[in-house]
Amino acid sequence: MARAVVDRRAVLAGVAAGLALGLPSNARAQTGAPITRKIPSSGEAIPVVGLGSWITFNVGNDPAARDACAEVMRAFFAAGGRMIDCSPMYGSSQDVIGHGLRKLGSPASLFSADKVWISGGARGPAQIETSRRRWDVPRFDLLQVHNLLSWEEHLPALLRMKADGRVRYVGVTTSEGRRHRDIERIMASQPIDFVQVTYNILDRDVEARILPLARERGIGVIVNRPFREGVLIRQAGRHRLPAWAAEIGCSSWAQFLLKFVIAHPDVTCAIPATGNVAHVQENIGVARSGILPDAAMRRRMAEYVEAL
Amino acid sequence: MSEWWTYRPSDFLMFAPRTYYRLFELHNAEIWPLQILTIAAGLAALGLVWRGAYGRVVAAVLAAAWIFVAWAYHFERYATISTAAPYYGAAFAVQALLLAWFACRRHGPRFDQQAAPVRWTGLALLAAGVAFYPMLAPFLGRPWTQVEIFGIAPDPTAVATVGALLLAKDRIAWLLVLPLLWCAITALTLWTMEAPDAAVPASALVLGVAAAIWRNRSWNPTAEG
Repeated sequence: MARAVVDRRAVLAGVAAGLALGLPSNARAQTGAPITRKIPSSGEAIPVVGLGSWITFNVGNDPAARDACAEVMRAFFAAGGRMIDCSPMYGSSQDVIGHGLRKLGSPASLFSADKVWISGGARGPAQIETSRRRWDVPRFDLLQVHNLLSWEEHLPALLRMKADGRVRYVGVTTSEGRRHRDIERIMASQPIDFVQVTYNILDRDVEARILPLARERGIGVIVNRPFREGVLIRQAGRHRLPAWAAEIGCSSWAQFLLKFVIAHPDVTCAIPATGNVAHVQENIGVARSGILPDAAMRRRMAEYVEAL
Repeated sequence: MSEWWTYRPSDFLMFAPRTYYRLFELHNAEIWPLQILTIAAGLAALGLVWRGAYGRVVAAVLAAAWIFVAWAYHFERYATISTAAPYYGAAFAVQALLLAWFACRRHGPRFDQQAAPVRWTGLALLAAGVAFYPMLAPFLGRPWTQVEIFGIAPDPTAVATVGALLLAKDRIAWLLVLPLLWCAITALTLWTMEAPDAAVPASALVLGVAAAIWRNRSWNPTAEG
């Protein structure tokens, strides 16, 4: 982890130095508004990089750590980010997000994404209301059934909430390749707006069926674990970034790995989790780069990382 | 939980290592200077066990340590980042009740186990829980403010308790179940965090189980007081 932090900080320092000196660099391309993707069901555009909160925002009642998370959110919004994703399963993360939003004056650009994660449909509404109070938002933009837990009961309730205007979008989630057949079945049969899945340069199962199905059915795709909780950055960080990474505007492994994910045309938003200001700036910076790898380059990227 | 076989221990780790250790820093700051009292009580228990005297006092100290950790650490502190913490707190409260019962038995507990391997293992673990644990954080490069102390934090409390109970004359192996279980849980948590501290509760678990089995095999009911 330390190696990754140093590398990423060094990259950011280099970017800052480049800007100060007026030097041309790949990082210079990472300016302006982030790349956006349209939510298929509405046409609303959202930045292709969001902010996850698993582990990183679960800091309990620690005042210093809560303020640090608020600074991450400040940097995220300042860089043009919108989607923040959380779950009742993430310990104190909802409270910490709420703390950050209050501290930042409830940014209007927020796209709030949360989940319902409880056995039995009857307890879903109370959990959603608790989550809403913790975030301190009038309503969520997106509510998802977390890991398909009791989805047969929760999903109809979420769709009713959407019809009543109490939530704007509805979705389902899974992670690490679990229950993909069920996910496909739901995507094919239910009027959901989003599906959230794990996708990264080594975990590419969703490319075969789920991403094409999302395109066919007009469902937005949220990508979790784009770095495998940082493991990919640590593992790849033991090796040199290939020289040809500069062709796609990448000067760090984090940029390389995240760019691979967001370059897939069926990905609506990737949500790397971080509790580090420099990292969130770098992540959003990837979305602000105008250069994205094409299909051939993405194959080359995957083959290179697989061979490491 | 569907497809349970696909889950790994890391899938259940819901906080970062820095958050975990910061808990001890916040906890220590909030209850200071209670640490002085619990260390003194732990050292007193170690001395009493060494002499094989005042068994009721030793058991009472352990019971007080477990109930305080249950309430002040698990329910009040750890529960802010771990959904499992209330269950851990309940288990610690149960152990406190069991130790209180042990302290109040008619004949009173005796911590004067004489079988050499068991005696030295028990004393070593008790000493580790009381005297070694406070040095662990700085030894591993963390600040003194994050030290884990007997009667304040769960790991040294459990390790010390395993040590003390190994020295009990009575056949009370079942009293070891929850402390050993905690050693397993915390070793797994720390191992998942890639923390070198994991070696301490893991060692306590292995030594505790081995010594308990040794003691059980060589137990002589006629020698019980």
